[in-house]
Order: sequence, then structure tokens, then C-alpha cells
Amino acid sequence: MLEWTLKNISKQYGYQAILVFCLFPFIRLLWLGFDNALTANPIEFITRYTGTWALVFLCCTLAVSPLRKVTNFNHFISYRRPLGLACFAYALLHFLTWLVLDHQLEFSEIIPDFYKRTYITIGLLAFILLIPLAITSTNSMQKLLGRNWKKLHQLIYLIALLAPLHYWIHKAAKNNLFTVKIYLGIIGVLLAYRVFYWAKRNLASRNSPKTLN
Amino acid sequence: MTKKSNSSLILPSEITPQHFFENRRNLMKVAAASTLSASMGEWFTRDAVAQSVANKLNSTPNVALSVLEKKTSYEDVTSYNNFYEFGMDKSDPKQNVKNFQTTPWKISIEGLVNKPRVFDLADLLKLAPMEERIYRMRCVEGWSMVIPWVGYSLSNLIKQVEPQGSAKFVEFVSLADKKQMPGLGSQVLSWPYVEGLRLDEAMHPLTLLTLGLYGEVLPKQNGAPVRLVVPWKYGFKSAKSIVKIRLVEKQPANSWWLANPGEYGFYSNVNPEVDHPRWSQASERRIGDDKGFFGPKRKTLMLNGYADQVGSLYAGMDLKKYF
Repeated sequence: MLEWTLKNISKQYGYQAILVFCLFPFIRLLWLGFDNALTANPIEFITRYTGTWALVFLCCTLAVSPLRKVTNFNHFISYRRPLGLACFAYALLHFLTWLVLDHQLEFSEIIPDFYKRTYITIGLLAFILLIPLAITSTNSMQKLLGRNWKKLHQLIYLIALLAPLHYWIHKAAKNNLFTVKIYLGIIGVLLAYRVFYWAKRNLASRNSPKTLN
Repeated sequence: MTKKSNSSLILPSEITPQHFFENRRNLMKVAAASTLSASMGEWFTRDAVAQSVANKLNSTPNVALSVLEKKTSYEDVTSYNNFYEFGMDKSDPKQNVKNFQTTPWKISIEGLVNKPRVFDLADLLKLAPMEERIYRMRCVEGWSMVIPWVGYSLSNLIKQVEPQGSAKFVEFVSLADKKQMPGLGSQVLSWPYVEGLRLDEAMHPLTLLTLGLYGEVLPKQNGAPVRLVVPWKYGFKSAKSIVKIRLVEKQPANSWWLANPGEYGFYSNVNPEVDHPRWSQASERRIGDDKGFFGPKRKTLMLNGYADQVGSLYAGMDLKKYF
């Protein structure tokens, strides 16, 4: 009964709730801006804020399919696209803050950063990999790509390793790795679940003919 | 009877349209609130005045050693701090210093000196005339401020204890008290916080023993009650809340160098030509810049703009090697 109720509530309002959640950090950022509450160093604040939220939405995106399997709420899968796109949107804001606000499009500074600073190289790579995923997120693109769509979107696993690595290398300058480890732990669990699930299914399908005999 | 009285009854809502009615109510709320805030405001100002009188620290401006750039606001100087003893976020120190006891305070000067001595705060306050010096402050993280410090040259204090000929370096030790400093639980640095200077750097007139800023005693989050300010070096070289100064023969192992020797050198002179391994040091973001916070960064100056005064200390040295 409880499960039935939860299922219906989440079916009815879940998608809207997810959209509100996706927009909340952006609206809060605007609010803080108008309220003059972006700390003494607003650009640093905006950079960290958007980067952190991109990472949060990355974790949320990765959490969708495990949650769906655990709960058997199949409609959860419809939340994955807005969450994934929110991850891309905050990553884009993060990138643009760095490019336009921080470096003022000063390419003589920006270009050396691409190859001289490992954490920037890795962050940029993660962002570039997100672009095709965002572009092919529509229904029509999904149809057009067919089986390749799934293959392409497995890039998210690579991004899920690059993004925390980018954060790690940046924070390692001051050994301040506590928060990084939390994100890494969450991503680790979400990826480990997939490995576990995949192994279980593969072993089961290999074993099942034998048990039939 | 009932019917008649009903028909003659005029409801207030018929006379006053609802939005007028609501507006009036809002006006009353605003009036009430403004009276309240006016009286509260007075209360707060009175409080602030009382506090600033108690904290006032008289000084004479030292124009020759001050820069003419626009000062960073008191609010930014006292709310955006790196003081890891009180937490790693910039906003942590201001929030976590409430229980920090800065009086009484003693500072012990020892090591290779003829007259080792323990000074208390009153000794320090009358040791030399207080000067106000407006210095640039450049953080290794790539931001900067302009701060009106109050204090006097550290050399005044060091001369008191008569360094021996064998003394080559000065080590500064900050307070590390777990009961008062919640950040000490962090493994980021080894505590107590230790910094060091070469003796000639420590004796340079620009090196300021600092007891105040903006005309008042140091706020706790800025390293009260006594700290160092070495304006041509990255901010972390300027030790806060100092309890011990030792004159030594060998180069001290300063905390950041110990934590990450490849990234934080002993000298840590501000130098736009020597990058931090993870970021460029060629430019800096001035906190509260006039150009607005979306304005461009400033070019970082060699030795933070103090090259004329202190450049000779490093004559012939490879500053890439001794970063």
C-alpha cells in the first residue's frame, strides 16, 4: 500500500520536482548575486559553486539506474535526462566562468593553462566529453543513433572518473581532500553497483541453462 | 426586523476596496518595522561605537612605507581569511574565533640571543611608536588586498634581545591550542604553525610586527593579538597569533613547506615569473576591486611591488630555484 502510494506520488509529481531541483542552484545563485552575497571573491565562489553542482548532478544522473533497479520504479528512468542536462548546464557555467569571468577571454593565459595545468586539462576533457552527450539527449537523436546511442552514452563512466580527478588535483595543492573523497566515495559506490549487477546477470545467464538441465 | 437591519448594514469592504485595505495594512506593518529598526539601529550603532573605542589603537601614518591604492574594505579584510587553525573555508575564522582568548598573551623570544625574554602584550604596545602602514597583501592562491596595518618594524623587537653572530634565521611559532582552535583537528598541516625568515629579511624595515588594522587592535580572525606582515611574500609567510620567536642557525622547516615542499618554498617571494605548479602567478584578483568583481585581474608585480626596497636582499639568487 505504502509502495503503491509512493509510486503514484512520484509518477504524478516526480518529474516536476526534478525540474525544480535542477533549476534551484541556478536561481539561488542569481538570488545570492542580487543579495550581494557572493563572498569577498565572487568569481571564485561562482566557479566553485557551479563546479560543485555539476558534480552533484553527475552523481544524481549516475544514481538513476541503480535506484530504478532497487526500487522497481521504472518511471525513474525519465528523470535521467533532466539530471544529465543539468550536469552539463552547470559544467558549462563552470567552464564559462573560468573562461570569461576569470580569464576575460585572455587566450595568452588560457591556452598555456590547457596543457600546463593537469587539473585544467582533465576538467576540460571531462567537459568536452559531456558535449556530445548533451547534443544527443533528445528523443529524435536517440532514435537516429539506435544501438550506438547507448554506446556513446557510456562515456559518462569516463566522465565520472575525470571529474572527481580534476577536483582532486586542484584540492591536493592544500591536501584539503575531505570533500573530494566524499564525492569519490559516492561515485565509487554507484559504479561498483553496476559492476556487481553486470557480473550477477552474466553469471546467472551462464548458469541458467545448466540448472534447466 | 432582522431583515431590515441586515439591509442597512454596510460592510467595511463595500466602502474600502480590498487592495486599499490591504495596502493600508502593509503601510502599518512598514511603519511598525521602521520604528523598530530605527530604535534597533541606534542600539547597534551605540554598541559598535562602544566597541570601537575599547579597541582603538592610535598610530601615526607612515606615508613613506604606504601604498596609495584603494584600501580593501574592513568587511572584506575581516571576513575573508585563511587562518586554518579556525577552519579551512575563508568564512570559518570569523565564525570560529568567538572563544579565542587573546588576553593575556605572552610572546617568548629565545634561541641564539644574548637577552632572551618573554614579552607580554603591554610590553609590545609600548616598545616602539605605532605606525599605520598601508601594504599590499598577495595570497599564494591568486587574490590580493590592500590593508592598513598598525604596528612597527619587527627589527625593534629583535634588537631588544641582541641576536648572536651565529643567528641566521628567525622562526615564528603560532599558538596551537585545541581547546580554542577547532581547525587543529585537520591533518592538512602539522601544528603548531611555523614560519621562518632569513635574519636580514626579518630585520628589514618593511617587515612589520603587527598589532592592529584599520586603527583598531587586530580582530581575532586576522591573527590577534600579534602577527607578522611581510608584504613582499605570499600571505602565508606572515604568521598569525605568534607565541614564540626563535633565532636559529639553520633554515626553519615552515609548515607549508613541510606539507608540500614542491609547491611552497621557504622564500615564497611574490614573483609573477615563477608559477605555482598548479596555477599561474602572473596575475591576481584584487578583492573589492573598483572595476567591479567581473572586471579583469591585475598583473602581479615583482616582489609584490616592493622590489625597489627589498630586491637587494636577493641579489644574485636564482629565484626559480629558491622559490
